[in-house]
Amino acid sequence: MSGPADGPAGEPLLVVDGLDVTFQVGGERVHAVRDVSFTLDRGECLAIVGESGSGKSVTARTLIGLTGGRSTVRARRLSFDGTDLTALTEARWRAVRGRHIGLVLQDALVSLDPLRTVGAEVAEPLHVHRLAARDEVAGRVTGTLADVGVPDPARRARQYPHQLSGGLRQRALIASAIAAGPRLLLADEPTTALDVTVQAQVLDLLRRLRQEGLALLLISHDLAVVAGLADRIAVMYGGLVVEGGPAEQVLRDPRHPYTRALLAAAPALHTRGLHTRGLHTRGSQLAVPVPWRPGAGPGGCPYAARCRLADERCRTELPTPAEADPEHRVLCWHPVPSPDPASPVGPGVLAVDEPPPPAHVPTGGVPTEVTRSEVLLDVDGLSRRFRGPGGAWQHAVDNVSFQLRAGETLGVVGESGSGKTTVARIVLGLLAPDAGTVRFAGVRWNGDGVLERDRRPHRRRMQAVQQDPLSSFDPRYTVERIVGEAVAGTRRRGGRRARRDRVAGLLDQVGLGANLLGRRPRDLSGGQRQRVTIARALAPAPELLVCDEPVSALDVSIQAQILDLLADLQRDLGVTMLFISHDLAVIHQVSDRLLVMQDGRIVESGELGQVFAQPAHLYTRELLAAVPRPAEPTARTMAR
Amino acid sequence: MRAVGPVRRRERTLLRAAGRRLAGAAAVVLGAATLAFAALQLLPGDPVAVLLGPATSASPQVREQIRADFGFDEPLPVRYLHYLGQLVTGDLGRSYQRQQPVTTLIGEQLWPTVQLVAASVTLAVVVAVVSAVVTTGRRSALRTLVELVELVALSTPHFWLGIVLLTVFSFRLHVFPAAGAQDLAALVLPAVTLALPVAGVLAQVLREGIETALEQPFVVAARARGRSRLGVRLRHAVRHAAAPLLTLTGWATGSLLGGAVLVETVFGRPGLGSLTLQAVTSRDLPVVLGVVLLSATAVVVLFTLVDLAQLALDPRLRTAAAL
Repeated sequence: MSGPADGPAGEPLLVVDGLDVTFQVGGERVHAVRDVSFTLDRGECLAIVGESGSGKSVTARTLIGLTGGRSTVRARRLSFDGTDLTALTEARWRAVRGRHIGLVLQDALVSLDPLRTVGAEVAEPLHVHRLAARDEVAGRVTGTLADVGVPDPARRARQYPHQLSGGLRQRALIASAIAAGPRLLLADEPTTALDVTVQAQVLDLLRRLRQEGLALLLISHDLAVVAGLADRIAVMYGGLVVEGGPAEQVLRDPRHPYTRALLAAAPALHTRGLHTRGLHTRGSQLAVPVPWRPGAGPGGCPYAARCRLADERCRTELPTPAEADPEHRVLCWHPVPSPDPASPVGPGVLAVDEPPPPAHVPTGGVPTEVTRSEVLLDVDGLSRRFRGPGGAWQHAVDNVSFQLRAGETLGVVGESGSGKTTVARIVLGLLAPDAGTVRFAGVRWNGDGVLERDRRPHRRRMQAVQQDPLSSFDPRYTVERIVGEAVAGTRRRGGRRARRDRVAGLLDQVGLGANLLGRRPRDLSGGQRQRVTIARALAPAPELLVCDEPVSALDVSIQAQILDLLADLQRDLGVTMLFISHDLAVIHQVSDRLLVMQDGRIVESGELGQVFAQPAHLYTRELLAAVPRPAEPTARTMAR
Repeated sequence: MRAVGPVRRRERTLLRAAGRRLAGAAAVVLGAATLAFAALQLLPGDPVAVLLGPATSASPQVREQIRADFGFDEPLPVRYLHYLGQLVTGDLGRSYQRQQPVTTLIGEQLWPTVQLVAASVTLAVVVAVVSAVVTTGRRSALRTLVELVELVALSTPHFWLGIVLLTVFSFRLHVFPAAGAQDLAALVLPAVTLALPVAGVLAQVLREGIETALEQPFVVAARARGRSRLGVRLRHAVRHAAAPLLTLTGWATGSLLGGAVLVETVFGRPGLGSLTLQAVTSRDLPVVLGVVLLSATAVVVLFTLVDLAQLALDPRLRTAAAL
């Protein structure tokens, strides 16, 4: 299989027919991938979209013979370039991996060996497959790095992964996957850990590679990310492809309730910048009433537990493919009907993206109230320098000032290195500024010689919600202890019982049942963990919540739920929020006002709608332009 | 020669790091020397009496003469500076018992011990790496067996293992000599005796390290480039597991240098062990001090080397603060 020809005439490069993957986990058999079929040809891009546990990554790993664990792979047909992949021995698989099929994973910081130079990693497939003589390797490596758009490739090749920026690292990882010239590239969440503008660049690179003839299988939890790149989209849920077809059709005319919910959950930018807070339009569609397990409901539709349209038949009988047309297949008993040709935009699709009816605007008259309320947080002229890797001083935060009024949410958006997290740490009083002051609720809070001793009595009034709850919890603590720790007055009489009730109440407030009290962080899903973090932050009844990337580690569908929860909490409790994110779309969901940070400075600030509608600064425009939009095909249709 | 620049720069930074660590090491050795000197001063009794031994009776004039010869009548700071001066010039004083310079005595006995320790540590590392690399990642009968052997090995006392090996290979099979240090064959049994328990510990630590490394995403990426299971272990995972292994090996080498005494006794080998034993039993303080200083220096040098090896191994440690 080394010739340039694409196998037998008329046969696609990759044929997957009836793929089934099961894992033996303990005494249980988990059906991770069920009857998945697709084909992929040179220069084509198929995107598999689904949330964690949907089987999308397992599908990709199976195609490179690394399903792993105690797995069983079955397929009616699994062929690449005419070779039957199911019959390959481990030794023959090794000849295929890297040479004919490449794999790119999420987060190159851990997907490139941190102890080896970038060049050594890119050279690895050349060495393994003996594709270059010893003295040619360096040239081939710099050539490949240059190909994927790494500037100064010879120098970069000698550096280590941690010395490169996230975007360069991801490019280097892609270079290591394509160095041996494979014809199929499997990209598993290749942009998930990246800032939006960097994500856009990496997607551009993948698009170019595809145009050069590479077949691309793109795996993502985010429909918006794949929208601009995929020729065809397969939406997976519970191991099944629930909907599949040409990208344009799936995005414009989603037939499966899950696809529609996913599209709605993607935190797209409402073009007019209107606030949908509290309207309950997004997360509710994807809410999970009970923890769903792949093994549940053997015969039924796996989505039935979450589907609003589900009936008895859905729960007991697996749907047969309903073919709208032979290209666009939907696995559902109640596919959403195709839109009336007279009105090309289905009402269901736009129900979410549409600005709320004008009637809602007066009721959401938050800004006027806000301007009247007192200033809760006053940040004045903050600066903070750090010593960079080269030993030179760098400004992480440079003369940053802003005010936050009680009951308001201020969004701070910026990419890695913009200084937004340093601002958060100074506001939280975890780091002293070099210059400038922070006043919180009328108290001198940070800077100008304020000591932790002075802050301590007021600490409970300001709480933090971090990005990665798994690492901010003690893994040995139960949920009850994690949240209970933050409940004040635990040593009082009747403490134990009262504390338990209070913790249960807090969990209820964030939409978790008391049955989770005894669980440990590891046994919780990502969304549940983030809810526990929020419950913990709410425990001392704070006036200000500082949320630093609170949804970045979550799937889009879970993100939507957490954002809705935060919006609800703010409305019900009147808590003030400083909300930090690299994702404009996320900021958009919760904020009243917006600060845009770049290189430690505030480059733009203002009311949310105004900034989105008329971004003044070039950088803000770049950020806005880089946000992937699933609704683009829709917009085109509307324009016709 | 474009490639030379950064490489040379990296070597320079590593050299600078080595220099700073050696300066620190020298300070530690000075501290050890001072502590040893202080201990000597705090020792109860008259040094002359110690020097002469309990059974000797000497006239006050003779005692006074000895006191002057050894400089015991000088004030404390003068003696301390004199002692340091001697150390710097490599003079560790003279043995009370043998009336020879301590450096000569140690020099004679140093080589057999260094030979033994070097052979043992090398053997232990090789056995540990092979055993860990071959048996990681798979639940098999072989692995269970190997882990059991390691457990037995690491919990076996050296002297007992030595006696067993002697009985089997020297007295029964006559493969290796039972005593002496005349040739390499005589080195085998003592080296194995010292190596096996250490190998047991190292193998377990290394296996755990490799298994942690094998769970990292970069392992999947490497396998997706076509690396075999064994290749991933050797090219990627072992390096990640090497950090704790290095630290442990440094510690093991240091403790073997001091702990070789039992094995040297069992196998009748000359070496620092027997020298120390004699010096301690006969209260030959200059020799004891010399051995203490040598051990301190050896341990400090070893840990400096381990520290530098960690820097060479893991680029992420090469921060401005570490260099």
